[in-house]
Amino acid sequence: MKLQDKLIHSFEKFGQSLSGSETDSLRQMRTEGIEVFKNLGFPTTKDEEWKYTSLNKCIKRDYDFGAEFSLDIRSEDVDRFLCTGIDSYKLVFVNGVFNDSLSNTTQQDKFFVSNLKDAYEGKSDLFNQYYGTLADKELSMVGLNTAYAQEGAFIYVKAGAVVDKLIQILYINSDSSRAMMNQSRNLIIAEDRAEVQILERHQSLSDEYVFTNSVTEISVGKEANVKHFKVQNDQDTASLVDSTFVKQGTKSTALVDTFAFSGELTRNNLHFEFTGEHAEAHMDAITLLKGSSLVDHHTFVDHAVPNCQSFQLYKGIYDEKSKGVFNGKVMVRKDAQKTNAYQQNNNLLLSDFASIDTKPQLEIFADDVACSHGCTIGQLDDEALFYMRSRGIPEKEAKAFLMFAFAGDTLKNITIPELKEQLVNLVARELKVDLELN
Amino acid sequence: MLKIKDLKVEIEGKEIIKGLSLEINKGEVHAIMGPNGAGKSTLSAVIAGRDEYEVTGGSIEFDGQDIMDMAPEDRAHAGVFLSFQYPVEIPGVSVTNFIKTAINESRKAKGLDPMPAKDLLKLMREKQALLEMDKQFMSRSLNEGFSGGEKKRNEIFQMAMLEPKLAILDETDSGLDIDALRIVANGVNKLKNEDNAVMVITHYQRLLDHIIPDFVHVLFDGKIVKSGDKNLALELEEKGYDWIKKELEA
Repeated sequence: MKLQDKLIHSFEKFGQSLSGSETDSLRQMRTEGIEVFKNLGFPTTKDEEWKYTSLNKCIKRDYDFGAEFSLDIRSEDVDRFLCTGIDSYKLVFVNGVFNDSLSNTTQQDKFFVSNLKDAYEGKSDLFNQYYGTLADKELSMVGLNTAYAQEGAFIYVKAGAVVDKLIQILYINSDSSRAMMNQSRNLIIAEDRAEVQILERHQSLSDEYVFTNSVTEISVGKEANVKHFKVQNDQDTASLVDSTFVKQGTKSTALVDTFAFSGELTRNNLHFEFTGEHAEAHMDAITLLKGSSLVDHHTFVDHAVPNCQSFQLYKGIYDEKSKGVFNGKVMVRKDAQKTNAYQQNNNLLLSDFASIDTKPQLEIFADDVACSHGCTIGQLDDEALFYMRSRGIPEKEAKAFLMFAFAGDTLKNITIPELKEQLVNLVARELKVDLELN
Repeated sequence: MLKIKDLKVEIEGKEIIKGLSLEINKGEVHAIMGPNGAGKSTLSAVIAGRDEYEVTGGSIEFDGQDIMDMAPEDRAHAGVFLSFQYPVEIPGVSVTNFIKTAINESRKAKGLDPMPAKDLLKLMREKQALLEMDKQFMSRSLNEGFSGGEKKRNEIFQMAMLEPKLAILDETDSGLDIDALRIVANGVNKLKNEDNAVMVITHYQRLLDHIIPDFVHVLFDGKIVKSGDKNLALELEEKGYDWIKKELEA
């Protein structure tokens, strides 16, 4: 059976067993979700938004889902994928299931960090108020996720509260006996003036194929500040479609910082929407690929109200047969005067077989705005390389310096020194050098 | 120390160096002078190992070792240093980090441990003072936004840190005002000793007022056509290069 049919069929058969009672809105959402997926199916390259990225290879495989996977895992296996050296709240999921003993949750007056399923059961008012309200229901991958999603991160920060530690979300796939499909779902609510920083990572420990379809909703209240870091450094048998929806209130700031270093196929859909004026959105990303990895960044920023700013800085370095896509769409609606939208996508191609498709899309209906975009595609500068080598720095190290110099400005919004250091080290490891790059 | 024999070099099929021989011994200062397009910068780049140039004949020996097939970094580790005419700007890499890496890679190549941070800092302070550079300089991105004078001082600073056996100064005087010229020349003179050598490539006499050469060679159309002592540079300054041309044609 084709994966698509299997997903539909299995929902009809087992959908009742998923959380959500027959009468409540979650069950209703699930049913609507599978309907959307049934109607649209998996996206294909005929779809303009998926023109450069084909899911074909991914969806031709057979995956298990909803089955009982092994939940055994050692904490050492988990620790090396976490940012260490700082205190943090942790949500660890093993094969789609929340693992309490590896996690460090919290339920305080001012904020909660817990499994989504527990929030549905214990914080139903909050859950119902936000869940499913930010994601675009018309998208088939969102529909599919909504139909099946059970577990994931639930983060709630009350008005005026500042979460004192980094929150780490780790999705581990460890079952080495069969390929697996996951529908992970995160709901992040930062009320007015709240502050929170989150690190999210999906990691496979087995050689089996993994296909993750993830949806994240982030509500950012007035004057709130949310930073969300995504580390995509998975095995080349792992594929990820990540759809993240951010809604921002007046004078709020939100950042999504993506580190895409490997994986078979990674598709990031990043939607930002402003509902209040004077809000600021930041999207930074380093894409550092080799082998035949593909990473597709699709961003959409909806400037619906005046006086907001959005900044996109996407740096990509592609080696061997890797492939990148950047499609940055900015919509400035009629009333969104004094919008400032900035978009930059710079790429280095290190091999004749690597490629990048880059497409800025600006749709501007207001007349008093400042919008800019730029994209470049180049190679490492031979002159600079020779300069460094002539001072005794070997070729590999010199190249690493140049690549880091090229991409390093995407790290400027990381304010936690330990996190920054670990991310820089991750870059160095990817470049296979033992250097202090920063 | 450096022995170049009948060197021939092409770039994109065009012959630039057409049979050049030169010998530099330790303790000596050689000046290479010549008009634009004579092949001066090509010569320096080929010694340092730039691979865009194709060596079609001759040999280059450094300390008795054929360096023709050596990578630029290996030549640097052996003691060759090239001060660039146009130092490259590298945003995001600080002067400190760059020089620290260069020194430690060189030590690694010699089987030594990295220089302790304290020693490195001390050495940097000392050389900074020599080149009259201020402290903030060290944390700036390499050459980024540096003035012409700052770039050249930074080149000589790196030379001071790396202590090469042979320093090639490619048009180090270009773009320098009088004060910067004095600082740079003073730096080079302080570093000069009987075990190392300097090759100064220049158009003009003015740098040679400060760094006194033992030998002056005139490079013309890919060959050394005349050699002499420091007085040859003065003669060139006075008469220009035309008389050499005439002499050659005669």
